[in-house]
Amino acid sequence: MATSLDTRPSTYDSLKGGTLPPWAPGLVGAIAVGGAVVLNATTGLAGWFGTTIVGALIFVVLQSIWSFAVEGKRHAVDRLATTAVYSTFVIAIVPLVSVLFTVVVKGMKVMSWGFLVDSMRNVSPRSPGGGAGHAIVGTLEQVAIAAAFAIPIGVLAAIFLVEYGRGRLAKAISFFVDVMTGIPSIVAGLFIFTAFVLGLGLERSGFAAALALAILMLPVIIRTTEEMLRIVPNDLREASYALGVPKWRTVLKVVLPTSLAGIVTGAMLAVARVAGETAPLLLTTFLTQSYNNNPFEGPQAALPTFIWDQITSGTPASVDRAWAGALVLITLIMFFYIVAKLLANRFAPKG
Amino acid sequence: MSKSITLQDVDIFYGDFKAVEGVSLKVEPNSVTAFIGPSGCGKSTVLRTINRMHEVIPGARVEGSVLLDDENIYGRGVDPVNVRRTIGMVFQRPNPFPTMSIAENVLAGVRLAGQRMNKSDAADVVENSLRGANLWEEVKDRLDRPGSGLSGGQQQRLCIARAIAVEPQVLLMDEPCSALDPISTLAIEDLIRDLCEDYTIIIVTHNMQQAGRVSDTTGFFNLAGVGQPGRLVEMGPTDRIFTQPTEQATEDYISGRFG
Repeated sequence: MATSLDTRPSTYDSLKGGTLPPWAPGLVGAIAVGGAVVLNATTGLAGWFGTTIVGALIFVVLQSIWSFAVEGKRHAVDRLATTAVYSTFVIAIVPLVSVLFTVVVKGMKVMSWGFLVDSMRNVSPRSPGGGAGHAIVGTLEQVAIAAAFAIPIGVLAAIFLVEYGRGRLAKAISFFVDVMTGIPSIVAGLFIFTAFVLGLGLERSGFAAALALAILMLPVIIRTTEEMLRIVPNDLREASYALGVPKWRTVLKVVLPTSLAGIVTGAMLAVARVAGETAPLLLTTFLTQSYNNNPFEGPQAALPTFIWDQITSGTPASVDRAWAGALVLITLIMFFYIVAKLLANRFAPKG
Repeated sequence: MSKSITLQDVDIFYGDFKAVEGVSLKVEPNSVTAFIGPSGCGKSTVLRTINRMHEVIPGARVEGSVLLDDENIYGRGVDPVNVRRTIGMVFQRPNPFPTMSIAENVLAGVRLAGQRMNKSDAADVVENSLRGANLWEEVKDRLDRPGSGLSGGQQQRLCIARAIAVEPQVLLMDEPCSALDPISTLAIEDLIRDLCEDYTIIIVTHNMQQAGRVSDTTGFFNLAGVGQPGRLVEMGPTDRIFTQPTEQATEDYISGRFG
């Protein structure tokens, strides 16, 4: 009788346990909202902030008790953790949505085709009208020049670190890249100001600003490119070597294409990051109210300095222009980001 | 006529660690040679020294000489890139280039080595190499599709096509079937028998039946002891190694008493 050795109870509860109905969170939520609203009406609860907190507490406590009673400890903890994860997500998203919403609402006030093409030349801070056209041109030119310097240097430096760098030199470069990551943006501006304007006696220009931005972009590009190159499987490098392909061609034709999507994304994020820098621009190109399409000569406007200038003027008309400028800047950065994602998809390894 | 490979008293190091000691052997042209032995005994390391892939690892070095016919591939002034063009290699895991199509993968060795080639020549190389790797019929309608979309066995045959597209003299295979199912393994084994008409083939395998099926000559590698370098215990015609090995260690290994 083999079965007699089995000491487990002959009748055991099936694999099913107690489960709350699918509408349970909805019901608890409704009770919580209702309870909070009622308490708000009767006691005040220190405004909407207190009401939200109390509502959340009611929800958490009720759900935990109910779940613990019906489903057991593990499910109760699971529901608690789920609630925590969702609410932290909402808390994180609230400022972002709030900023975007505010910028769009306030920025649309004076947004028009004229705002995108006009400059502030002969427009007094008090009067409405004028635009950020000169600042858009300045930002695009400065960021383009900065990218033209920083992307090739950064990508090549990362290739050196990953594919060729051994020993002290590579360690030193790696160390200084880390140090550069921590450079405050105003220090980069100060460096270019000292080296170019004071040192070489050149005038302030969009080009000088672009150099300061390039310094800020470099460490970001080096680090992201490095990460991307490191995740290219060594198998692919060996496969290429084994075909009799020289190392530099292996890097150029196998390693870089495989990691190109990530490198493009990293470069675009670096561009987006520096497009909003204000402090280095004030030191290196200052600002102007007129169009200056030549980045090599004279002060040039840019969107961040435009916003700063309009806000410090403080009149209702100029504050409206500042918000519109902020909207243009955010749209521009979002555009860069979308382009980066599209390019990344275009270059991503298929299969 | 492909070329022979001769190892003379080869010691192989990873930094200060001596991984393989005193290997001497000769591989005849147009033959299939199998290296068998337990894990960590240096079979793959020896294989990688034959086309100078060993030195890709930082700190790795080789002493002794490896002759391709009469020329020492470790001689003064020998360019490892040229060595690898003459002695191709197929790896354990199929590794087609993910950014390239099937046709581009086959042409990778030629194109990346910097040779220019007109379209019809390129198409010929693709077709001949894929036919050579028994893959042509399966992929001829989708040559511009990514190579990574193929099955594992097809990918491995694509890697073999890529290796033979550069027209090497010798083909090294490092456990080419260990990541494949039995059907794909059979396809590759048939292919190895066909390829030995044009190439000298050396294959590392953990599968002793496979060594028995495909190879003319078998070399058995083993460790002298724990922490000691690997060495070539004995080498001879596959029939004899599997029926009348002269060394006790070989007999123990092939009869499954250890390893």
